[in-house]
Amino acid sequence: MQLTNRSKVVTKPEMTFVERLYLPAIVSGLAITIKHLFKKKATLKYPEVTREFAPVYRGMHVLKRDEAGRENCTACGLCAVSCPAEAITMDAAERQKGEEHLYREEKYAAKYEINMLRCIYCGLCEEACPKDAIYLTDRLVPSEFTRGEFVYGKDILVEKIDDRVDISKRKTSYTI
Amino acid sequence: MSVVLFKAILIIIIFLISLTVAAYSTYAERKIAAFLQDRIGPDRAGPFGLLQPVADGVKMFLKEEIIPTVSDKLLFIAGPSIFMLTALMTSAVIPWGKPLEIGGKLYALQVADINIGILYVLGVVSLGVYGIMIGGWASNNKYALLGAIRASSQMISYELAMGMSVISILLMTDGSLSLNAIVDSQKGMNWNVFYQPVAFIVFLVCAFAETNRTPFDLAESESELIGGFHTEYSSMKLGLYLFGEYINMFISSAIIACLFFGGYNFPGIDYLGTILPRNIVSIISVGVLFGKIFFFIFFFMWVRWTIPRFRYDQLMRLGWQVLMPIAIINVLVTGAILTFFGN
Repeated sequence: MQLTNRSKVVTKPEMTFVERLYLPAIVSGLAITIKHLFKKKATLKYPEVTREFAPVYRGMHVLKRDEAGRENCTACGLCAVSCPAEAITMDAAERQKGEEHLYREEKYAAKYEINMLRCIYCGLCEEACPKDAIYLTDRLVPSEFTRGEFVYGKDILVEKIDDRVDISKRKTSYTI
Repeated sequence: MSVVLFKAILIIIIFLISLTVAAYSTYAERKIAAFLQDRIGPDRAGPFGLLQPVADGVKMFLKEEIIPTVSDKLLFIAGPSIFMLTALMTSAVIPWGKPLEIGGKLYALQVADINIGILYVLGVVSLGVYGIMIGGWASNNKYALLGAIRASSQMISYELAMGMSVISILLMTDGSLSLNAIVDSQKGMNWNVFYQPVAFIVFLVCAFAETNRTPFDLAESESELIGGFHTEYSSMKLGLYLFGEYINMFISSAIIACLFFGGYNFPGIDYLGTILPRNIVSIISVGVLFGKIFFFIFFFMWVRWTIPRFRYDQLMRLGWQVLMPIAIINVLVTGAILTFFGN
């Protein structure tokens, strides 16, 4: 009984003498491998050359400053709430007089920690942030020896004033 | 310079060259494997990774030496020693080039021009199987033993076809077994491979089997026998086994070049002899031989990354039911042609 019309008759013809010699097949195999000898290599010599990341790549976070060098983060906690891995914790503090050049809003994050082992790099913190403060960059989280070293504080996350992190690629991907 | 002194220097040079070529074969193997798989290969140690063999050698020496308590200590040490010894011994009868002229005397670039040259090679190569067999047996490990048994049965069965294919060459050089005479008979482009292509293919396949290279690397077969006969070996003893394989490959390439591709002969060698000093031509001839050897070493590696391993019964059927009859028929046909049509 035929259930479908896709059945095929399988034939296994007897090999001819030339096929049983195997030598032509071996020669054609050798020809294929020798072609690969001259092909362009797929390897990148990693520490010297790095592969370019896709514009949507989500790597290590950065806490941005504005043009005047003030921290954008106002410690609203939306990123921590949105984080599905619960990797973000923060302590808020009130900006004192004379600190206007350090923090943009009246409230700022005194402590801001991301546990890089918990983080799943989904980018929801970036989407939740109303102040353009947190972004995922194309930098990689380096390997460490202990778990504790993966809890990144503000000393690592906040960008340096004289060494800004370029996040223009991430920004353009969201403007429609 | 006395002949003995010259031979002693020649032996040391050949010894060093064999070891260097073997060391750089490991590097070349990795590089060629990488290139054939669209990778780059080792390039960290020195320029282009050229110091990689040195690093590997140092690593081998510094590794912990483990001799299993259940093993036979004496045989365990004898195994790799015999393997290495036989691998190095074969190079004695190979004519490396035309004779050198020093102080008006001619010195042959060959350690020993014995009249049973090729027979000596076959004999020493079959001794090499003892290194594998003893090593596998002394390890007292089932994988090592299986690997050793596989290796020895494979090498014994392929030696027959190899010897048979050589006989047809010997028929063409008036029955002389001396490698020097065989090479001399192939002056210019008068190479044996053009007269004996069948013998060449049989010999080449057997050479692959004798050196335990893919597609005949059943003795090692990493995926099934965890390394085969050298499973229990570590440190430099393992190094000797791995190294011996590459020396075997170098020597087999040299033998193939001598038997079928005219050894150090190249077209126009006689003409060059009339316009250049004798020693220059000798050095060129050595270079030509090494060019041929390096091509075959490359060919060994090229095949390794092309053809998958044989199944054991296929290997035995190929050896006994295909290569043996072909080699015998080839000998008969060669003999008949030489008898009825002269040369």
